[in-house]
Amino acid sequence: MRTNILSLLEENCKLSAKDIAAMLGAEEAEVEAEIAALEKDRVICGYTSIIDWDKTENEFVTALIELKVTPQRGEGFDKIAERIANYPEVDTVYLMSGAYDFAVIIKGKTMKEVSLFVSSKLAPMEAVVGTATHFVLKKYKEHGVKLTNNTKAERLAIMP
Amino acid sequence: MRNPLSEKVTNIKPSGIRKFFDVVSEMPDAISLGVGEPDFDTPWHVRDEGIYTLEKGKTFYTSNAGLLELREEICKYYTRKFHATYDPIKECVITVGGSEGIDIALRAMLNDGDEVIIPEPCYVSYLPCVQLANGTPVQIPLQAKNEFRLTPEELEAAITEKTKVVILPFPNNPTGAIMEREDLEKIAKVILEHDLYVLSDEIYAELSYKGKHVSIASLPGMRDRTIVINGFSKAYAMTGWRLGYALAPALICEQMTKIHQFAIMCAPTNSQYAAVEALRHGDKDIEVMRQAYDQRRRFLMQTFRDLDLECFEPFGAFYVFPNIQKFGMSSEEFAEKLLEQEKVAVVPGTAFGDCGEGFLRISYAYSIDELKEAFSRIKHFLDTIG
Repeated sequence: MRTNILSLLEENCKLSAKDIAAMLGAEEAEVEAEIAALEKDRVICGYTSIIDWDKTENEFVTALIELKVTPQRGEGFDKIAERIANYPEVDTVYLMSGAYDFAVIIKGKTMKEVSLFVSSKLAPMEAVVGTATHFVLKKYKEHGVKLTNNTKAERLAIMP
Repeated sequence: MRNPLSEKVTNIKPSGIRKFFDVVSEMPDAISLGVGEPDFDTPWHVRDEGIYTLEKGKTFYTSNAGLLELREEICKYYTRKFHATYDPIKECVITVGGSEGIDIALRAMLNDGDEVIIPEPCYVSYLPCVQLANGTPVQIPLQAKNEFRLTPEELEAAITEKTKVVILPFPNNPTGAIMEREDLEKIAKVILEHDLYVLSDEIYAELSYKGKHVSIASLPGMRDRTIVINGFSKAYAMTGWRLGYALAPALICEQMTKIHQFAIMCAPTNSQYAAVEALRHGDKDIEVMRQAYDQRRRFLMQTFRDLDLECFEPFGAFYVFPNIQKFGMSSEEFAEKLLEQEKVAVVPGTAFGDCGEGFLRISYAYSIDELKEAFSRIKHFLDTIG
């Protein structure tokens, strides 16, 4: 039941407990309690929307920063990750396998703003040994949703 | 000038759905719950395979019966999933949708005046196909109180000396009814007793919500007298690819393939290659779609309870078949008013046989959001007429 609730909410967080209960053949109160527990345990960490900002007048830039760092004795990567994540400018932080250590996604108003943040805040951190900044040019798909060319083909309205 | 037309053909009634379709298609803001096809796109890996084979230039005819590779996959699939085993070389023909399979099976089997038993409400093409094959259709009006299952008593009562074939359309369009193993065992007994054949239309087999679908061909003694019709439209959301298949005892399959050869040549090559990919790697896709349909089905049953609309719980396909007799309108009147007042299109039960009077077919091949919007309009409608 947990997994089913989570899959439904992951796809559409606007579904009410009543809807979910109907869809899963469960009691509404039961679903409500389960969601409350999931929120309390921080399994569900928040509810957000997928927005294609390119279709608005607001201009944003998104950048993916590769960070190479030196892990700290006794703390590995966690402490440095924590410090990076604390910046409100930082949207996402992942520890990666492969050629670099952290992938950091930053959203800013301009490329200059983002570059400045990287050079003034991230690069000078003691553990950071190198950065590479990649700006996003176009978003095709986010959170499983296609942002471009996603018009649905029409079905005939009535078919036997 | 002489009348250019065949009497037989002109006497066949056009599908009752047509009239409705014309009205709906001129209403751009109407919400339709009248579609008989999945709302999912064909899984991308299947489409990709189709594109890839086009790029490789696989654009020639296949053998009449279809790609052997595909027939082998189909026969493996039927054994694996439904425990009915047919020979890929002599007992399988790839058709243009399940519909062609129905047509050629009846044409291969019927002599003038042979009777074919058709349980109704059912898909619209069985009756005209029987007539076109010079058979005589004998309809059985199925009962809501039996959850629209076919009972051995009903079958027994419809059998005469001329009966040759019984059509078994389960999981059912339009009612969503299924036949479980014990239901089928009773039917099989009657079939064997009277030496009849079964045309089992299992196009919705993968969309079963109460245990796995049981094919009558898997019951003892039934394989040799069952023609299974199935296809890729519903299970893999591949309606537009027009690809189905029939599994039949060699004696029958040979004659079906003959008609197919002369009328069709072979099913679309591109679709056949895509279908091989679907069978090899599509189990997961089927399960994802089946679960989504099942959630919507439960959601609608709850909505019906909230609206106090009577409806037996269907366990197959993607249709619900609510009872609207208490509103004192015919199905057609109800559907017309609902369309006119709330711009929601549903199909009157009568489009699937006279015994569909008093019922509506509502498809849930729509997203939950679409269903919610449609049902808030239906609620408003019920409040105004109630």
